This record gives sequence, C-alpha cells and structure tokens, in this order.
Amino acid sequence: MIEFQNICKTYRVAKRQAGFGNAVKSLFSREYETVRALDDVNFYIADGDIIGYIGPNGAGKSTTVKVMCGILTPDSGTCLVNGKIPWKERASHVKDIGVVFGQRSQLWWDVPVIDSFELLRDMYKIEEKAYRRNLEELTRLLELTELLKTPARNLSLGQRMRCEIAAPLLHDPKVLFLDEPTIGLDAVSKIAVRKFIRKINEEKGTTVVLTTHDMMDIEALTERILLIGHGRILLDGNLEELKQHVSREKKITVKYTGAAPALSAGMKLRESKENQLTVSLDPRVLPVSAAIAAFAAQTELLDVSVTDISAEEVVAALYKEYRI
Amino acid sequence: MRFYIRLFELNLKSQMQYKFSLFLSCIGQFITAFTSFFSIQFIFMQIDAVDGFTYGQVLLCFAVIMLSFSIGEAIGGGLANFPRMVNTGEFDRMLTRPRNLILQTVIPFFDFTRIGLLAQGAMVLGIAVPRSGVEWTVAKAAVLALMVVCGAVLFFCLFMFQAAFAFFTMNSLDFLNIFTYGARQFGRYPFSVYGKKLLGFLTFCIPLALIQYYPLLYLMDETAHPAYWFVPCLSLLFLLPCRALFKLGIRKYKSAGS
Repeated sequence: MIEFQNICKTYRVAKRQAGFGNAVKSLFSREYETVRALDDVNFYIADGDIIGYIGPNGAGKSTTVKVMCGILTPDSGTCLVNGKIPWKERASHVKDIGVVFGQRSQLWWDVPVIDSFELLRDMYKIEEKAYRRNLEELTRLLELTELLKTPARNLSLGQRMRCEIAAPLLHDPKVLFLDEPTIGLDAVSKIAVRKFIRKINEEKGTTVVLTTHDMMDIEALTERILLIGHGRILLDGNLEELKQHVSREKKITVKYTGAAPALSAGMKLRESKENQLTVSLDPRVLPVSAAIAAFAAQTELLDVSVTDISAEEVVAALYKEYRI
Repeated sequence: MRFYIRLFELNLKSQMQYKFSLFLSCIGQFITAFTSFFSIQFIFMQIDAVDGFTYGQVLLCFAVIMLSFSIGEAIGGGLANFPRMVNTGEFDRMLTRPRNLILQTVIPFFDFTRIGLLAQGAMVLGIAVPRSGVEWTVAKAAVLALMVVCGAVLFFCLFMFQAAFAFFTMNSLDFLNIFTYGARQFGRYPFSVYGKKLLGFLTFCIPLALIQYYPLLYLMDETAHPAYWFVPCLSLLFLLPCRALFKLGIRKYKSAGS
C-alpha cells in the first residue's frame, strides 16, 4: 500500500548563462531558480496493483519514486509505504521494497553476479531456504545460468538488466519500483522481462510501480496509469479510459484486389497505397462491422485489420493536451 | 554483522588482486613516513627540548598521532570518495539498502596500505617508550592505549565531518584537510608549543589535544589528577556533532537526475 498526501518538493537550482565571464560573475552573485519538482501530489496505490507512472522528461517521476524509496525527504506532506514513512524509518522500510534503476547498477561491479547476490542475501538476512528457492526460480525465468558466474562489468547492458531485475526480488519485496527496466533490452529480453513482471505480480501479489518511456511496457503490464507533468498528477485512470478520452477512433487497414473501394460516411482517409487502404473510423457514426461489410461489398478483401489508437499516440496526445 | 564481514572480504579480495601494487604501497607508506621522523631527529640534533618537552616525549606524541591517524585513515580515508558519490547520486544505492549508511560507505574503501604507516608508528613508539623518561605503570600503559584508540576514532570523525559537508556543498572542501592530514603533521609536537589560543581551539572545538597534550602531562607525572585518565574518552563526544551533521545532510540530500 502506498499513500501520497500533499507531497511537495522544491529544488533550488543555480542558473547561469554559458561562457567564462558568466561563470566568474556567478561566483559573486548567483541567481537561483526554484523548481517545484512535486507540487501537491496525491495518490493511493493498493496492494498488488501494477501502476504505470508516466510523464515527460523532468516532470517529477524520478523525484516521486525517490521519495517513495526513502532517498529524498519531501518539504511537506505525508507519505506512507506499507504503513511506514520512508525517510523516517529508512532501514525497516527498504527491507520491504525492491528498486531497479535502469540507469544505475545495484550490482557490485568487479565480482561475479552470484557474489553480489550472496552479499544481498546477507544484507537482507534472507533465510537460506527462501534464498535458494528464489534464486532458482529467478535463474530459470530470466535465464541467468550463464550470467551468474560473470563479473557485472563484463555483461552487456541487456544481460546486466536481467540480473538487475533479479537482484531486488531475492528478498521477496512487497513493493517493486522499476525505473525504465527495459531500457536497452532486445526484443526477446523485453518480452521476457514483461512476462516475468506480470508473473511475480500474479503469484506473489507484489505491488509494482513502473516508470518508463516505453509505451509497450505500459500496454503490456499496467491497467492503471498516473500521468505527471510539472510536478502535478494530471490524470489517474486506466489505459482504456485514457484511450477513450483521447480518441474513440479505430484504424482500419484493408488489402484488396480489384477496384479501390469508396469511403462511407464516418470514415476518413489516412493513407492509400496500391491495393491497400487505411482509414480512420468513428464507430459512433458507422459500426466497425458495417464498415467492413461496406468494403467487402465493393471489392475483394484479402486482409482486414482493426486497431485502436496506440498507447504511444495516447500519451503524445495527452502531453499535447496538458502542454507538458 | 555477516554482511559487513562479507563486504570487508570483498574489498580485501579485490585489493589483493593487485598484490604487487598493494605491497609496494605499504612499503611506500612506511618509507615516506620517515621524512617526518627525520625532521624531528634533525631538530633535536640542534636543541634539547621543545617547550620543555624532551626528544623522547616528542617522539611519544609523534607515535601516538601516527598510530591513531593510520588506523583512523585506513577506516575513514575512503570517505574521500563520498563527495563524488553524493554528487553523482551514487549514494542513492546506499539509501535503498537496509544497513548502516556510514559502514556501507566506509568498508568498501578500507585502505590496507595504511599498514605501512601503522608499522612506522609502532616502530617510533618502540623508540620513544624507553627514552621518554616516563615511569611506566599499568595505568599509564592503559592511558597510552586509550590515547591511540580514541585518537583513531577522532581522526575517523574528522574524515566523516569533512565528508558530511558534501551534502551541503556538493563538492569536497579541501581546506578541511588541515584537520586530518594537517593534524598528523603538526601533531608531532605537543599542542602546547603552538600557543594558548590554538591549544584552546584543539581542546574545545576539534578536541585533538585531548588525545595528545593532556594525557601526555599525566604520563609525565606533571599532574596526578585522576581526571586526566579520562580525558581521551572525552574526545569521543566529538562523535555527536559529526553524527548530527551527517543526519542533517541526509535530509538535505538532493540525489542527482536520472
């Protein structure tokens, strides 16, 4: 359970123009700009949820996650994670959470990954039995067998990420914070990681807070999305609702042989190639089935695909709408 | 506890990977420490006493400071990496682990090459003890041990104090080296030689005199007051402001963008 109430956090950032002269000037009088990284943020996350936390660069995502992890102390407001205040009861709080920062390694650089894992076992005082069980399971699911004996510095980014994701799960955390967990992964690894996150959420009831710029992650994993911009929560809802909010349009692509079909009312032409036509359809004017029937009546259809607006487009539209 | 031992082992193992370098650094530490030793030798070839302290007594001071500094720096010297860790946001990682922050920071940087300096200090102590004119008793030996141990803690505190400033300035403050590396240099002589004002400062602000000058008076039978026994322990009070500064720093910690 995570509760955020009226959390504010400001930074004071020294600003100066480029150039040596300005650097000298800033020695004597410095201009500070106060940046409101978090501005009265409120939300509640129940146990076992998977939350997609999105927002453009510099919106306050990382700051929020760092407050939840106990790294940063907010200026005001209350935050409870598993009933504890992260920055006040740091040690007992972090025992119950797992953190993956895609950009920063949690592993010890010079030693084989398995040594890092054993160090984590001692750090979290994990019982030997539980450790064995978790290690075995993680090794199987993330295909780590070969990687465990290699020093972290010799792993490729994708290989290392798989180990990074396994590391905080050794101690069965109640909440898992993932900051860009699929960054730099190849397609196969991405799918494996997503499947894996779903699995531990379903089997162990782990709450997952996911921040990412990869909308495929969001689409594959989360039902609920929190959108943050300029330090404020702008939207809180599930992906389906957001799609409806942005656009109800469907995209229909047909491949055909023979004469090009004419468009009916409610359709808008998106793209027309040889023997292929893409239209956007407002299903309130013309139901999807009627649209397909209309095409079929005019020409011989080889292939039809109907898609919603993609998560990527939803987010782009939302950023635009909120001017963030 | 097991975790800290493991962390220590990990560090030892990785330093031993470069056996030759470790060995040479130890020797180097040992040899360079001779320069300080010789400078005392040369001065005492010209004069008999400094501010009433004889050659043997000055050497005793020197040995105590050297021993406590080498222990304190072996443990706390790694805190020199602290400003970088704070600046780059690497300190985040420590904060997300359920263990003591200072130990987590210090243990991976424990410097084994300080054994060279420690050996030099022990050697000087061996020379100083019979020449100091001190009538040794069990009680006096205990005070000497207290001087070294409390001194080590004090030097560690000074390194920590300096490191904690990184939370506020985001950079290392090198002028604070005067209390660590500097103290090692000017601590070769009893602090009273530098005058009353400085002695006062080193008694009440940075309590280095509490592990050196005052207990030395006790060893030399200048005073028989039993309170002097306890003086080195008083210096441990310095832990409190250091800890407070560190705690305050964590609240101010800004992390770094990611």
